[in-house]
Amino acid sequence: MSSTLLQVIAGGLLLGAVYALFSSGLTLVWGMMNIVNFAHGDFVMLGMYVAFVVWTLFGAGPWAGAPLAVLVLATLGVTVYFTLIRGIMKGPMLAQILGTFGLALLLRYSVFWWFGANFSSLPENLVGGTLEFWGLRIQASRLLAGVVALAVTLALHFLLTRTALGSKMLAVAEDETAAQLMGIRPDTMQAIAWAIAAGATGLAGALIATFFYIVPTVGETLGIVAFVTVSLGGFGSVPGALVAGLLIGVIESLSAYLIGAVYKDMVVYALFLGFLWFRPQGLMGRA
Amino acid sequence: MRRLVWLFVLLAVITAYPLLFSTPFQQRLGALVLLYAIAASAWNVVGGYAGQVSVGHVVFFGCGAYAAMGAYAHFGWSPLLGIPIGIVASVGIAAVIGVPTLRLSGHYFSMATIAVAELFRLIVTNTPYLGAGVGLSGPTVPRNVFDLSFISALPYYYLFFAVLAVTLAITWWMNSSRLGFYLRAIRDSERAARSLGAPATRTKLYAFMLSAGLTSVAGALYAMMFGFIDPESGLGLLISVKILIMAALGGAGLLFGPLVGAAILVPLEEISNSLLGGKGAGLTFVVYGAIIVLIARFQPGGVLALAQRYWLRRAAATTQPQVASKGAVHAP
Repeated sequence: MSSTLLQVIAGGLLLGAVYALFSSGLTLVWGMMNIVNFAHGDFVMLGMYVAFVVWTLFGAGPWAGAPLAVLVLATLGVTVYFTLIRGIMKGPMLAQILGTFGLALLLRYSVFWWFGANFSSLPENLVGGTLEFWGLRIQASRLLAGVVALAVTLALHFLLTRTALGSKMLAVAEDETAAQLMGIRPDTMQAIAWAIAAGATGLAGALIATFFYIVPTVGETLGIVAFVTVSLGGFGSVPGALVAGLLIGVIESLSAYLIGAVYKDMVVYALFLGFLWFRPQGLMGRA
Repeated sequence: MRRLVWLFVLLAVITAYPLLFSTPFQQRLGALVLLYAIAASAWNVVGGYAGQVSVGHVVFFGCGAYAAMGAYAHFGWSPLLGIPIGIVASVGIAAVIGVPTLRLSGHYFSMATIAVAELFRLIVTNTPYLGAGVGLSGPTVPRNVFDLSFISALPYYYLFFAVLAVTLAITWWMNSSRLGFYLRAIRDSERAARSLGAPATRTKLYAFMLSAGLTSVAGALYAMMFGFIDPESGLGLLISVKILIMAALGGAGLLFGPLVGAAILVPLEEISNSLLGGKGAGLTFVVYGAIIVLIARFQPGGVLALAQRYWLRRAAATTQPQVASKGAVHAP
């Protein structure tokens, strides 16, 4: 394998880890409440803009931007849960989909209206320059994003499977009434799930803002990436989202390198449709 | 009987509108209301009646529009001849999306529609044969009446009116046929409908294919009126949004819901565009987003359902005293 190809794969894995991070938020909410958040990509977009605003106002890098983005988005997540999701969760399918889809438009075009349609970006070497390992040249910003995203996604998995809070959340996902009888408040757990899911998107947004283009409509593309990741990984599964996220990152980078940059999104969307045809339960899902 | 009277009043109002309000702006506005009403009514077949929320309906709209313009640009045909091509392509795409996703929960369907719409937008943007980013144009100077290229909006108005009438007639016919009964059963409880032998997946698929074909006609009419189509106006997500919000605001699953929604939103958008100019573009969709959220949260049935409930309550309020007095007679 040539070193260019290895470099492309490494870049894909690092970006894929970020995909995995925000997709695990989507899969958590979907698995727990059977709600698909159509505004998920736009949450990531908001995270990017928080990082952007922090940099333009205070000149601070992701060290300040990322925690703030987590905080802002987690607050937004809880607010959205209590004002919107709780009301539509048990409603008809039309209301569920329109509710979050409308939210997506509201967020996307509020940002559009405020910041304009122009592409912005953070300065290139905000996180340091380019590092070299074993002949691979990797941007420090991408490395930071990939490593942090990977660590947080794994932490999320352990939170869900190894802690009391995680068990409570899974209990609510399994059977709300039974969980309530055991003294677990479904409302609190679901609000926490929204805080975690939205917080993850905030972190992911702040991380990729360091090397990605920032534009109000980026949420649409990222939202579809999250759908692809979740349907590939099987809904409700964080490890599934991790594997699928890494895989999609690599496929995207490889197709950009081998076929051409304009075709990378097409490949991912076509892959999604192919999966819906042949394996709708995902790679690791139950039949 | 009373319904029939209302229907005739509605027909008379729509027929008379462009004669009473005869400035070019007003006639164009009327034509646009009817055009969006066609698209939204077509969406209603799958989104309202079948309860499967398509958020990528623009792909069918674009199919029709591109087929109509392509027929002219590549073969020199009348754009009208592109309509059947657009319908066939749309129904085919609907089958490709519908067959795998309509077996699954409704979320998958919605996600697949949005992905397909984006996929087609990207493909068309990168295909020189379909005009790539620039788009395709219709006849600049009409060769004959079959080019359907008019300066005045009036011919379009009556053309759209006729197509809308046909669309609504098809919807009504579908709803009162066996398919309609199946759809209602599935919408209420898919599991129960399946257990009683209703072919749920196939029924939803038929509704989706019908909706796709009708939407492509709306797209073709749009392209003929504007004489031009490009990826943004023919395949942009925002067209899906407009189609969807008009049906949902008016009343999804009600025959005249989309028409009511279009009659509210199209004038609103035109007025806000002329007041705010280019600056309003973002703001319009902020308002659309807010409207969609509010409908979903508080009134999933739309404006017409709200009105219906109000009438029913009033009817109940006027009949109740009689019931009470009857009870009083029997009491002793």
